[in-house]
Amino acid sequence: MSAYSITEPSKASKWVAGILVTLYMVITLLPLAWIISTGFKTGPDSISYPPKVIFSPSIEGYVNLFTDRTRATPEQLATMPPPDNFVDEIVQRRGEVVTGPSRFGERFLNSIIIGFGSTALSIVLGTLAAYAFSRFKVPLKDDLLFFILSTRMMPPIAVAIPIFLMYRQLGLSDTHLGMILLYTGVNISLAVWLLKGFIDEIPREYEEAALIDGYTRFQAFRKVVLPQAATGIASTAIFCLIFAWNEYAFAVLLTSGNAQTAPPFIPTIIGVGGQDWPAVAAGATLFLLPVMIFTILLRKHLLRGITFGAVRK
Amino acid sequence: MAEIVIRNLRKEFGAFTAVQGSSFTIRDGEFFMLLGPSGCGKTTTLRMIAGLELPTSGQILIDGEDVSQRPASQRDIAMVFQMFALYPHLNVRRNISYPLVSQGMPRAQVQAKVAEVARILGIESILDKPVGGLSGGDRQRVALGRAIVRQPKAFMMDEPLGALDAEFREHMSEELRALHDRMKATTVYVTHDQLEAMQMGDKIVVMNHGVVEQFGTPQDIYDHPATLFVADFIGSPSMNFLAFEGHAAAGATSVSLGDTAMALPELQEAATGSLVLGVRPEHVALSDASPYRGRVIATEYLGTTQIVTLTTAHGQIKARTAASQIAHPGETVGLALNPRTLSLFDATTGRALRTAANAGVHHG
Ligand SMILES: Nc1ncnc2c1ncn2[C@@H]1O[C@H](COP(=O)(O)OP(=O)(O)OP(=O)(O)O)[C@@H](O)[C@H]1O
Ligand SMILES: [Mg+2]
Repeated sequence: MSAYSITEPSKASKWVAGILVTLYMVITLLPLAWIISTGFKTGPDSISYPPKVIFSPSIEGYVNLFTDRTRATPEQLATMPPPDNFVDEIVQRRGEVVTGPSRFGERFLNSIIIGFGSTALSIVLGTLAAYAFSRFKVPLKDDLLFFILSTRMMPPIAVAIPIFLMYRQLGLSDTHLGMILLYTGVNISLAVWLLKGFIDEIPREYEEAALIDGYTRFQAFRKVVLPQAATGIASTAIFCLIFAWNEYAFAVLLTSGNAQTAPPFIPTIIGVGGQDWPAVAAGATLFLLPVMIFTILLRKHLLRGITFGAVRK
Repeated sequence: MAEIVIRNLRKEFGAFTAVQGSSFTIRDGEFFMLLGPSGCGKTTTLRMIAGLELPTSGQILIDGEDVSQRPASQRDIAMVFQMFALYPHLNVRRNISYPLVSQGMPRAQVQAKVAEVARILGIESILDKPVGGLSGGDRQRVALGRAIVRQPKAFMMDEPLGALDAEFREHMSEELRALHDRMKATTVYVTHDQLEAMQMGDKIVVMNHGVVEQFGTPQDIYDHPATLFVADFIGSPSMNFLAFEGHAAAGATSVSLGDTAMALPELQEAATGSLVLGVRPEHVALSDASPYRGRVIATEYLGTTQIVTLTTAHGQIKARTAASQIAHPGETVGLALNPRTLSLFDATTGRALRTAANAGVHHG
């Protein structure tokens, strides 16, 4: 046998592969682990030098993330009733009092509404458009498809100023609807193209069989095409959500008071009463969760979808 | 069950005409074959009858009612697709019950119907399996089950055996024909296999380039082909053609092939110029008494019969004779053509001349 034939990998090469994969994992996961652990440190621990790997965990960061606070003099503290919950206890121990909830919860909710809202809208419009492009005689089909793709050819931020002006005129600035429309506009080209690929792979006969079995075109679409396009829909939804969830530039530009999402909000935490790294880390940790949960929930579909229909037939 | 009448049916795809003015009638309960080479418009015709494609012009009448422009869901027709098109996300039982669920039939009744169909087709044991892992034959039966469960007006089948291997095709085609004989359902069956069409069909339409060449019973089409195309397409080996220049008079009972007068059924029309005499291999006998001569160039032994290939003054000819007949390559023998079965074609139009024998045959 020559050295190039395919054989069972030797013990040594298995070891090397194992080490490389572990190394890669450490490199990619280390920053994540650092963020998550920083979220559970106290302020001094988070900036101590040398950095602390072993520390006594605290939920100070999370408390700070969700509260607005102000410094209090020892006299003021003395006049206050003893703390009756863990939040007040932690805050008062540092010589501060809670003045109210922070805006993080609201911003996080905005992110969820805008992220999932625009994902849902992109998927609904994208699936219908992709189905039409895949199945019907659409006049100027190729030109339209190219036009849709071309909207994605420049970085979206290149049109930031016209969009800023238009949104002000239309009253869409700093509204949930405005942000949902904007992210849908950016995502729709990806959604149409990806989904068209998936729907093209579904043989027409399935729908035709349903039509002959007495279903209307729309029923055939819903009951036959949709279940089979589930893979494609799941993977497209994840791509759309990741974009809308992480988008920063437009969010900074177009939102402030009402519809601000989490990405532009998290950096502002840092300015409230010194450099509050644990609170920032706590915000970042919570921010990671929704996309992670969504991806894990759709994982089964995603893995099948990654092959882009190659498994069928 | 229903009678289907096709009148001047035409379908254009842009500048291309896939079906050019077909007309034929499918009687109630008939097993009707649409036969022709690839790309001749069989599937397009079938899809128009089913309502998956709307005709450019012409009419489709089901039980006297014009349904040409109605959507498929309103025609009450069932279809078996070439690749079966079983819904991959449903199991066998749900695949078969799908057409009934669309009609809003009560659950208990659906279950009873599915059970009955499963019994007829012998697929009770696989009812709860996913369709993904089924063998070709079982998929075929499930597709049939889905079609027959609804008791539609007619069945459309587009090369339903095309995906099966040769041995199994034979078996399934018998099963299909037996099922039809029991249910007596009007069935339109597309195939490009002339043997399958001859074996299974009550009636055959032969199509070529979107044109109906001939429409009739398998016997009519085999014995009295209406055109040179049909004569060539049907039968294996196909009909022998002896091309010659000459004249055929109305009322004549023979034509002159060079020096030889060939007897044939009484002609009812005249033709002059390039003519073609057609004769099936089994109607050519080797007989020393005959004045028409040919030289043997090859013999092909088939068990009980043999195919003898000869050259004549008018081209090559194949004869199917008893295997016991002695024929040596190089030998010159006499050829006797059975006069009752000869066809005479006008080579310029490709059409068979009308004779006493083929008078009742339908041209396309
Ligand atoms: N939707 C369509 N658009 C354009 N041309 C088409 C369309 N459907 C069919 N054709 C053309 O019409 C002709 C007839 O097609 P059809 O499918 O009816 O042939 P067929 O007889 O069923 O052939 P086969 O035995 O290969 O299935 C073909 O040349 C085909 O390319
Ligand atoms: Mg076809």
